[in-house]
Amino acid sequence: MADRRQTKSKYTTDRQIPGAFEGESVTRRRFMTGSVHVAGAVAASAFALPALGFAVGPLFEKKPEQWNDVGTPADFPDNTYIPRVITTTPGIGEAGKTTVYVRKRNPAIDKEKADQFNQFVAISTRCMHLGCPVRFVEAAGRFICPCHGGVYDFRGMVDGGPPVRPLDRFYTRITNGRLLVGPRFSVNRELHRFSPRDPGEPLDGIGQFLYPSRPSIRK
Amino acid sequence: MPKLKLPAPPLPGKLNPAPRRPGEGNGKVDPLDVAKEAGTSAVGWVDERTSLSGPARWVMFRKVPKGTNWFYTLGSATLFAFLNQAVTGVFLSMYYDPSPTRAYESIRYVTNEAFLGEFVRGMHKWGSSVMVILVFLHMARTFFFGAYKYPRELNWIIGVALLILTMAMSFTGYLLPFDQRSYWATIVGVNINGTGPLVGPYLSDFLRAGPDFGATTLSRFYAIHMLLIPGAIITLIGAHLYLVTKLGTTAPPWLKAEPDERLAEEQA
Repeated sequence: MADRRQTKSKYTTDRQIPGAFEGESVTRRRFMTGSVHVAGAVAASAFALPALGFAVGPLFEKKPEQWNDVGTPADFPDNTYIPRVITTTPGIGEAGKTTVYVRKRNPAIDKEKADQFNQFVAISTRCMHLGCPVRFVEAAGRFICPCHGGVYDFRGMVDGGPPVRPLDRFYTRITNGRLLVGPRFSVNRELHRFSPRDPGEPLDGIGQFLYPSRPSIRK
Repeated sequence: MPKLKLPAPPLPGKLNPAPRRPGEGNGKVDPLDVAKEAGTSAVGWVDERTSLSGPARWVMFRKVPKGTNWFYTLGSATLFAFLNQAVTGVFLSMYYDPSPTRAYESIRYVTNEAFLGEFVRGMHKWGSSVMVILVFLHMARTFFFGAYKYPRELNWIIGVALLILTMAMSFTGYLLPFDQRSYWATIVGVNINGTGPLVGPYLSDFLRAGPDFGATTLSRFYAIHMLLIPGAIITLIGAHLYLVTKLGTTAPPWLKAEPDERLAEEQA
């Protein structure tokens, strides 16, 4: 089918439109329609875009680091864990607190490279299946999750069940003779450090690319 | 202009007043007669200015196919479950405080101390399960009766969107009591969202308003639960009902179409 519009000239003078002038290719009616649409779009964006930015803003806002004092280095042996409650989000009461299991680094079992942040090992209680709270069972020497049966060994490596990676850890450091527990980090099967990921997100192989680090929480 | 005429109340003949003779009363209007006609004239006054009687009749007096049965009431039942949620939810919001330190206490107050609080909260809590069950029964009725077929596909699609929104209501509402069960169920639910590749981590951040359960997570869920999704649900229910009215309901599948007798004779 031939394009019928092609037969019409694009100049309004050729189309015998009253009041048309030389070289005019957009009719005034069309120009007004377009202007009103643009004005409407500007007005709608004026409230929609700020509202949307307001809602998604927290995705790009970095969470401030928290360093919690958990005691003196002498409080923590290297053959078992001592539970400590730390505040990860201040100001919201119980919901902002979490339990960490802390012990001294034991070179006999902790094969990852030593640095100033892992003289003490602080294991997160967040299960790496879907985030339920795990507890350390002294008799078994293992971390066990009550929700779906995830089991982790003494170092927090997955022993069984649905978890996709070892338990998260926290940076630790000693300042003025006090042991401080700092921001969270995630580890893969080789205990390489990654910026914190949510539970259920594997970090081995392609996992670290499928579940990227987020601007709200970088290492 | 079509006028809505209300039917006269069925009175025995003796009680009916005798019709007025011509010329009687000299054109004066009896106030009693005005009072009697008050309902009709009020409706007429609105109708004269809006022409709503036509659409109202279009909505209310529809032809329904033979074989229409109790299964066809499941949609209305779902609608009433939603209205129950809306009304009880609005009144619960008068007592509820969506702050992480006060939410549990405000729910405890509603449940244990506010007059009828336990009842209204119970209506909302159990009503949510009733609504989900009714949505699924309504969907099953539509599916097994083949009522999703041409020309009603769009209504099925709107219905699926409503199902998803109902699920989102259940998810966001579950956090609001802010007890241990709410908190951990939400942690797990948000983390399930997070397992989606590439977008998952950002989706979790959006739901929690940050990398961890934070100060505004609860108010965010509250706003989604009582403003964002209800608005979408009401809009889509409007579209759903418009299409039902426009397209009519289907006959049950076990009903055979009856051929016109004259056509049958011609064939013989």
